[in-house]
Amino acid sequence: MKTVGFVLTRLARDRSALFGLVLIAALLVTALLAPILATHPEDVFELHPAERLRGPSAAHWLGTDRMGADVYSRLLFGARITILIGVIAVGASLMVGVPVGLVAGYYHGWLSDALMRVSDVFLAVPQVVLAIAIAQTLGPSLPNVILALSATYWPWFARVVYAETRALQKEVFVESTAALGASPWRLTVLHVLPNIASPIIVRASIGMGFTILTAAALGFLGLGPPPPTPEWGRTIAESREFLPDAWWYATAPGLAIFLTVMGFNLLGDGLRDVLDPRLRRARIARDD
Amino acid sequence: MTELLSVRGLRVDFVTDGGVAQVLDGINLDVARGEVVGLVGESGCGKTTLARAILGVLPATAARIRGGEVWFKGADLLREEAAVVNDRVRGRAITFIPQDPYGSFSPVFPVQTQIMDVMKWKSPRASIGRARPSPFSRYPRERWRADREAVLETLRAVQIPEPARALRRLPHEFSGGQRQRLMIAMALLPQPDLIIADEPTTALDVTIQAQILRLLRTLVKERGVSVLFTTHDLGTAHEICDRVVVMYAGQEMEAAPADAFFARPAHPYTRRLLASVPSPDGEIRDIPGEVPSLVNPPSGCRFHPRCEYATAECSAGRPPLRALAPRHGVRCHHPVDAPVGAEP
Amino acid sequence: MRLLALALHRLAWFVPTLLGLLVVTFVISRVVPADPVALVAGETATPAQVEALRHQLGYDRPLPVQFVEYVARLARGDMGTSIFTRRPIAEDLAHRLPATIELTVVAMLVSVLVGIPLGVLSAIWRNSPFDHGLRVVTVSGLAIASFWLGIMLQLLFAMRLGWTPLNGRLQGFPPRSITGFYLADAALTGDWPTFGAALLHLALPAATLAFPALATLVRFTRAGVLDVMQSSFVLYERAMGLPRAVIVWKYMLRSALTSTVTQIGLLFGILLAGAVVTEAVFDWPGIGTYAVNSILRSDYNAVMGFTVWAGTIFIVVNLLVDVAHTLVDPRERTT
Repeated sequence: MKTVGFVLTRLARDRSALFGLVLIAALLVTALLAPILATHPEDVFELHPAERLRGPSAAHWLGTDRMGADVYSRLLFGARITILIGVIAVGASLMVGVPVGLVAGYYHGWLSDALMRVSDVFLAVPQVVLAIAIAQTLGPSLPNVILALSATYWPWFARVVYAETRALQKEVFVESTAALGASPWRLTVLHVLPNIASPIIVRASIGMGFTILTAAALGFLGLGPPPPTPEWGRTIAESREFLPDAWWYATAPGLAIFLTVMGFNLLGDGLRDVLDPRLRRARIARDD
Repeated sequence: MTELLSVRGLRVDFVTDGGVAQVLDGINLDVARGEVVGLVGESGCGKTTLARAILGVLPATAARIRGGEVWFKGADLLREEAAVVNDRVRGRAITFIPQDPYGSFSPVFPVQTQIMDVMKWKSPRASIGRARPSPFSRYPRERWRADREAVLETLRAVQIPEPARALRRLPHEFSGGQRQRLMIAMALLPQPDLIIADEPTTALDVTIQAQILRLLRTLVKERGVSVLFTTHDLGTAHEICDRVVVMYAGQEMEAAPADAFFARPAHPYTRRLLASVPSPDGEIRDIPGEVPSLVNPPSGCRFHPRCEYATAECSAGRPPLRALAPRHGVRCHHPVDAPVGAEP
Repeated sequence: MRLLALALHRLAWFVPTLLGLLVVTFVISRVVPADPVALVAGETATPAQVEALRHQLGYDRPLPVQFVEYVARLARGDMGTSIFTRRPIAEDLAHRLPATIELTVVAMLVSVLVGIPLGVLSAIWRNSPFDHGLRVVTVSGLAIASFWLGIMLQLLFAMRLGWTPLNGRLQGFPPRSITGFYLADAALTGDWPTFGAALLHLALPAATLAFPALATLVRFTRAGVLDVMQSSFVLYERAMGLPRAVIVWKYMLRSALTSTVTQIGLLFGILLAGAVVTEAVFDWPGIGTYAVNSILRSDYNAVMGFTVWAGTIFIVVNLLVDVAHTLVDPRERTT
């Protein structure tokens, strides 16, 4: 099991992972300090129709949208929505998927098979499609988006945990510990969990990027939190009819999504390289 | 010079996680025409590196050739134009038998594909001329037929049953021993002057090893082909070599004709090596100490920390080559003149 | 024969997975909403109308019975009727299918024909400026929201530069319908102006759809080739002096491809998921826009029909990929 310090030092050497970390940090800071960083924090709720669709200026760094609201400020508050959706959706998926994977991996029998079949069904369909169906049924709102995303992402965690648990069972140390009389609980908590932590962390990071993209797509399609919530995907949808003139209106939130997702992807890749180097390191041939 | 292959002062470094390893430290090695030379040494002594350096297929990113010459038929392979070496030397004048029979065929093609590709580019009937052959050049029907005949004949010579059917099989359908026979066939087909075999039997069952080795020896002696083969197993060397060269930690220690080597080895390391072979009386005589790190190797003769004859001059610089007899050279300040077995 | 047995074995998983999908969609459509009938009836229906509809649709019967009827109807190809178009949903989907297929196939072709060679090159020129540059592109490819990319492409190429049309599949009359695919039909009838026009219309949506797929393919091919580069047979072929181009493009690529073939299934998933939003952006008359419009109009059955359809296709494609994998990797055939 790798210590946190070891992971951090190795990660520090990977420039693109560091860049990813910087991007994520920027996102977090933006979300936390949105009220302070925003030039027009009240624009999340207030409307100024007289000032609609103005280009970038000193007063409005990224221009105004169709309601006259400051694009920049709404963008910053949109970061809050994005993080909220991402963290809760991935967190919930993790909390459902990991136990399912553990149980399915630990036991062998009909329960195990059934659990994996169920997750296979969810994996059989592109996440977006199922999420659309669920969100449409429940109605557009923030909690519903999160629910739809969690309900469609948990199988990824379940599958990873299942595979790792099964692989670990074949490891000698697990067999011998069990033979020494350790209870299943003890075995799981003390021995299995630390070993599956790495793939889970990697999957969580990559999952964040994935989930945020899907959330934005849902928002774009109108299935996300309704106005006036400044969700990035919905903002892009709103902006379309005003193109090509109000280009800033569409470009800014898209760039925000891009940088956010890229941050999580780069970090996830970097974590994968550090935590599972046998997959990636090109072997220098061992010569005699 | 009379030697077919003459390596002089070859120095190779490897870049590793732990630093720069000096894997080869000024190696000298000769192979005469029609001679079977065994390169013996423990794992990590650099014999595979030497083999690959001669062939010119060291890993480009990690390995650095620091100096030395590899003379082959009058030309220094390290200084010739790369494309010319690739076309005229590799796979033609010098061929290769790898250590790993399990991975040396591409698993997705029948063995015929790889064998006929070797023939297409390297058969004696293939034209030598362009330094950069086009990969999409045609394979003339006539030549293909002639080459295929040669392949079938050679497969019979290496005792592959039903050669025509065998050619259509996938690599995993053959046993390890059969795959090495195919490798031997492919090494012989271009009618080379020299075959470099890197631990060709290490991955095989002990029962088959002797068979394969004897087959190889018979075939090369028939054709007058030289062989340089590496091994960590003295038994293998004894089986088929005319001459044996011993390596330790990137330095060659002794080179002698086989009988002299096994009867009256001169170098302390050689003697220890021979003595450490488990004998019927049951005693196992280890060599005390450990193989040194190549990142920070001992100075001078790299065996001196473990050698009971070592003196100050042994660490001062590498001992020069001392000729004890024609073709029996040793690099040691204190060679031993006694039959093997007379160890303390 | 072995191959048949293997195919049947893979096929065996098809049915339970499909059934599972149907259970999921059934649950979403009947169990999840507070009152599914009210959803279908719409906001303006009176309670009496809702009750009547409930009985008519059979939603007052026990759930397991409903499920069996649901599956039975699907098996007949009856996905219900669209509230908006008033036509059977299955018919609507079939009508719009060729457009989506044409777009997806073109996108797939582009990503495969461009992505695989790029992946090979970036592996053999590892860490070169080319490799690093391509890395930036592939990382972006997986971080860009497709719908945003589509909009940006429209902004640049259609609105500002005017090089391509803004949206839609074709302006004017389509070529005589033989296959339903405009490109093929135009080519077959020699209608080259239409062919050109259709191609221009395809350009932006296909590029948008292909981008993430291309990024994935480049990555996987690169990893596959890097892996193969370490193999013993590559070393052997180098030692025997085979021309580099032969080693790379005949042997290494072939080995790397065995793993890439399985990625085609993954790719298809990406393409399908992307098709929904991409079609919405470009007003492409395919199944994706149908789904999106149905969402906007609360045409609830239509969305469900789309989900079932998309899920089934995806399962089928994965099945085909599994079978293809056994064909492509000869080791699987004879063990």
